[in-house]
Amino acid sequence: MNHLTLRNVRVEYGGCAVVSNVDETLAAGEWLCLIGPNGAGKSSLLRAIAGLVESSGEVQLGGHILGTLSSRQLARQVAFVPQEPVLPDDMPVSDYVMLGRNPHISTFGRESARDRQVVADLIGELSLSVYARRPLGTLSGGERQRVVIARALAQEAPVLLLDEPTSALDLGHQQHALELVDQLRHSRNLIVVSAMHDLTLAGLYSDRLLLLHQGVGVARGTAREVLRSETLAEFYGVSARVIHEDDGTVVVVPQRSSGES
Amino acid sequence: MFARPRGGRGAWWVLGGISVVVVGLLGLALGPAGPTWWRVPLALIDRLPLVSIDSGVTDAQWNLVWQIRAPRVVLAALVGAMLSLAGASYQGVFRNPLVDPYLLGVAAGAGLGATVAFAVNREATSTWTIDPVPLAAFIGGVIAVALTYTIGTAFGRSRSATTLVLAGVAVTSLATAVQTFVLQRNNDVVRQVYSWILGRLTSATWGDVRLVLPYIAISAVTLLMFRRVIDVMRVGDDEAKALGMNVNLVRIVVVLAATLGTSAAVAVSGLIGFVGIIVPHAVRLMIGSSNRIVLPLSMFAGAAFLIAADIPGRILTSPSETPIGVVTAFFGAPFFLFLLRMREVRS
Repeated sequence: MNHLTLRNVRVEYGGCAVVSNVDETLAAGEWLCLIGPNGAGKSSLLRAIAGLVESSGEVQLGGHILGTLSSRQLARQVAFVPQEPVLPDDMPVSDYVMLGRNPHISTFGRESARDRQVVADLIGELSLSVYARRPLGTLSGGERQRVVIARALAQEAPVLLLDEPTSALDLGHQQHALELVDQLRHSRNLIVVSAMHDLTLAGLYSDRLLLLHQGVGVARGTAREVLRSETLAEFYGVSARVIHEDDGTVVVVPQRSSGES
Repeated sequence: MFARPRGGRGAWWVLGGISVVVVGLLGLALGPAGPTWWRVPLALIDRLPLVSIDSGVTDAQWNLVWQIRAPRVVLAALVGAMLSLAGASYQGVFRNPLVDPYLLGVAAGAGLGATVAFAVNREATSTWTIDPVPLAAFIGGVIAVALTYTIGTAFGRSRSATTLVLAGVAVTSLATAVQTFVLQRNNDVVRQVYSWILGRLTSATWGDVRLVLPYIAISAVTLLMFRRVIDVMRVGDDEAKALGMNVNLVRIVVVLAATLGTSAAVAVSGLIGFVGIIVPHAVRLMIGSSNRIVLPLSMFAGAAFLIAADIPGRILTSPSETPIGVVTAFFGAPFFLFLLRMREVRS
């Protein structure tokens, strides 16, 4: 069984640590959500796992140290969806999803029948068939998010990293996108690591939360364990009411400062 | 399911090939002297194995077609194909449609090299087996790009495509300044240098074709082999890296290959502007932005465009010639504005 293990992961920009000594272990099918205020190091940690920034420490997947893999090998293990993906306006959806097969195609090679099949299956599975020939520029925000997720899944990597996957979506599309990820991680046994600002959604969909503050993991555990008024006050500097629903859902409601009408 | 089925792409390939052949035939047939234009295709057929027809073309006329016009047409095709392919490749790896093949200082370096060659006593070099002007232009172009690359990647962690482009601007300015200085000190060669800068295919020979063909072939094959990964780079460096690409390596190889071919083209043709920008743009307008198809079709379209652009230059102001750079810029500038307008309308 593949486990994603982070050991003492540290990221520095210009000599200044933005992620320090992060340790985590995730089992296949598990979803860890990174939370924390802006600048806490969430994106940097995701980028370190994806090998997009230099980092120290160790990231292992199933006993293999990811830092020793070539970029092509790494992309077969880790798929990364950035906060603001670049979607060329005139590129058709099917061509865009096919980009996800790049780690499986040699530099001078062409797509194989299997590559085409994987993409066709994904497009069907994610209900994108009607958009397959449409240029990306004609899609709505929700459709674009599905397409980006489809491209990441086309890599057939056991680890899926999502940086603010719902930041540009309305409430309905946020829910659809996260439901999709949740369904896919179960059906494909994916390890999902996401960075999210919406604490209620983060708690609702992920198995565990890791609260980062100034690059350091300051709280970890289930939503019930991490999302506490005093914790949010200390690290976000906000006053928030945390409601524990009977079904286990944790709802975070920001409160206005006292004295204001 | 996949956009633009192979059949559609195949049609573009065929159309591109036919365009080059048709325009090439026109290039062979049209000129201020020589046989009547319609006799030239007959003469070509007459030269095929096992075929004999009376084309009415004399040996002297055939010599003019084969020794003067044919190398000129072939060289125009090679140079046009190379500049367009290099332009499309640069635009792909820098994700900037306004980048041209002269971006990293090739033109300025080649211009400086040619100027120095002209400024050195031309009589003394007239007996050389190899014309020193294209050689000096080639060396100047390669040195300028090497300098650009060295400067552009010398700043540790801040190295990026933008740094490289800015280094290209700096090297271009430097080479232009030195060229101006050399010209000021050698007023007698201003006309020759100016003529070279405007582009020339007038004196093209089969020797020129043989000189540049290996460089252009190596460059073109390399660039075409990279066209799929250049397409992956359309999603930006970070995402391309996340998709398993060694972005820096691909960019370096593509830039070097494009520069090698461009330097060779510039060495024999002078500085022919606009081809590297407008041809890829026109191709994108017709068939979309996928570099997998834009690169090869730009090559065909560039070849056809430059052969066609060379024809009015030799006919309109006969017996003198209009430099091809003037023709491409004359048609290229309005066409470029037209494309920008089209893009605006589309968006």
